[in-house]
Amino acid sequence: MAMLNLVQAVNHTLRDEMRRNDRLVVLGEDVGVDGGVFRATEGLFQEFGPNRVIDTPLAESGIIGVSIGMALYGLKPVPEIQFMDFIYPAFDQIQSELSKFRYRSGGQFTTPVTIRTPYGGGIKGSHYHSQSTEAFFAHTPGLKVVIPATPYDAKGLLTSALRDPDPVLFLEPKKIYRTVRGEVPDEDYTIPIGKANVARDGDDVTVFAYGAMLHVAMEAAEIATAKGIKVEVVDIRTITPFDIDTIMSSVKKTGKVVIVHEACKTCGFGAEIAAQIAERGLLHLEAPIVRVAGFDVPFPYVLEDNYMPNANRVLNAIEKVHNF
Amino acid sequence: MSLELLQVIKPTGDYVEKLEPEIPKDELKRLYRLMVLTRNLDIRGLQLQRQGRIGFYIGCLGQEAAQIGSGYALKPEDWVFPAYRELGTALQRGVTLKQLMNQYFANAEDLEKGRQLMNLFGVKAVNFVTGSAPIATQIPHAVGVALAAKIRGDPIVTLAYFGDGGTSENDFHTGMNFAGVYKTPTIFFCQNNHWAISVPVEKQTASETIAIKAKAYGFEGVRVDGNDILAVYRTTKEAVDKARKGGGPTLIEAVTYRMGPHSSSDDPKKYRTEQELEEWQKRDPIIRFRKYLEKKRIWSETDEKKAQEDANKQIDEAVAYAEKLPKPALETLFTDVYADMPWNLEEQLRELREERAGGK
Repeated sequence: MAMLNLVQAVNHTLRDEMRRNDRLVVLGEDVGVDGGVFRATEGLFQEFGPNRVIDTPLAESGIIGVSIGMALYGLKPVPEIQFMDFIYPAFDQIQSELSKFRYRSGGQFTTPVTIRTPYGGGIKGSHYHSQSTEAFFAHTPGLKVVIPATPYDAKGLLTSALRDPDPVLFLEPKKIYRTVRGEVPDEDYTIPIGKANVARDGDDVTVFAYGAMLHVAMEAAEIATAKGIKVEVVDIRTITPFDIDTIMSSVKKTGKVVIVHEACKTCGFGAEIAAQIAERGLLHLEAPIVRVAGFDVPFPYVLEDNYMPNANRVLNAIEKVHNF
Repeated sequence: MSLELLQVIKPTGDYVEKLEPEIPKDELKRLYRLMVLTRNLDIRGLQLQRQGRIGFYIGCLGQEAAQIGSGYALKPEDWVFPAYRELGTALQRGVTLKQLMNQYFANAEDLEKGRQLMNLFGVKAVNFVTGSAPIATQIPHAVGVALAAKIRGDPIVTLAYFGDGGTSENDFHTGMNFAGVYKTPTIFFCQNNHWAISVPVEKQTASETIAIKAKAYGFEGVRVDGNDILAVYRTTKEAVDKARKGGGPTLIEAVTYRMGPHSSSDDPKKYRTEQELEEWQKRDPIIRFRKYLEKKRIWSETDEKKAQEDANKQIDEAVAYAEKLPKPALETLFTDVYADMPWNLEEQLRELREERAGGK
């Protein structure tokens, strides 16, 4: 058992799975000799060589397009998109090709690519190094979208993704790459894709969150508890397919819901959670659902702290639904 | 780098003996019969659409030599990435008429389960990868398969088809660029058929030729008369042999002409002249190859009659077979989205079934 931060957990998981699976190939910009701009692939080039850790031309569409071909041939490509903000040249490849091959070919051709990309704000990266646009990809049949919030989950979920028969977009919350540390077992384990985690038990209010926002939710829950409000925090962990059972059982328990994400509020993933709860459990609700989200603006620079949901905003939402 | 247009057979059927590839007589005849089958199937496909029996059609009229000649240069273990009108290559690789017709009728036996427009098909058994409608997206896939094979040490070659319009897309650039950098065994096969729906090739590029674009990516580009099956075969075979030996990629520009509409939804009279079509009909690849075979004295009127009859008979049988089959089952709407069906799709399938059971 080692104490690792999130990026180390990613790095060790890639290394361990590459040792087990000689068809696993890592590719992307600066992932080889440099070890990645966030060091997620550090040491892999040295251990596995240039045929399995491939520095690519600076072209996201090519990185994903070539990965699709490698997967068609039976390799397990794990492309890195350096920042999620740069994924859009590959949007066509992800939407029209990667996510559609199994369906459009009647199951003849499959493309089990795991795309890793750091996402989210909080690093003073301005607009083009900070966005959370997971909702675009949640709106894509054929793709799975997974977001870990702890080093332990990063390893378990990434290992699952690397063994999944379908394409997975693995979003790494870069704000907590190094700030969150935790115990990560050395041995092989998986956390199933599609299962949420009750990170904290409580029966007054439920807060749904994922990625870096889990920790904001936990901080708010701590303060709320001191004020006598027992808050349950559910880490969604997988956006597609999300864990409706865990979501609904928590709603039935507390009847009061706050949803937190840093993505823009309108059409963000919180809207889907709220809609599902309304469809299935309106009568369990004892207060209107409240979303704490990024604003419907381009991601800012100097006013970033005002954009990002923080514990205070989440706490206000908790109190609002609690006191309704 | 030769940017001259390679031609082996002239439109008259006369030929340049020193350029003739070594192909046995029986094979030459088989290739001709494949061209006839492709042409007749293509004509039938559009007819079936016009008769309202299939939903859509996209054909390859006039491009039979470019497709069959290039496909013939590949081995069965090589991979083909079609754009969406590569009917000739499909037949050449062994996609059966039944498979094609099941796809046209989108029936229960269609390998794609009725999910795609006609001729957007693929058959894994012959490494003919399922195409899509977005343009040029298949080009990086062909590079990816080639790179994977290179990494694994497998001596295979991949060939990606695309049109002159496709060369304007970013994925043409990105695929060519990756292939040049990694020296992958990939053939970039451009069928320059002069028209991307209504836009002529002059409006796709100011480049003198398409082939010359290869130079910027660090590999060879060649031009070939795309209506001359022997020239296409010769050119492609050289590129394939070079790639298989580790010599890297080649861009081939096969100059041809789309003699039919872009698709069953298109009327070319709106944007091009009858005279232009007539000029290209004089260079019809099938007539030209037939004249060649006749000059070689290996093809007769009787052979021709039999080839036509055989092709039509096979097509008739495939149509009769495919047309009577039922549609794919309702659950195929939801299967193959993922390897295992997630809860939301199960729920939606259940709801759809209940709605239908309710008499709606």
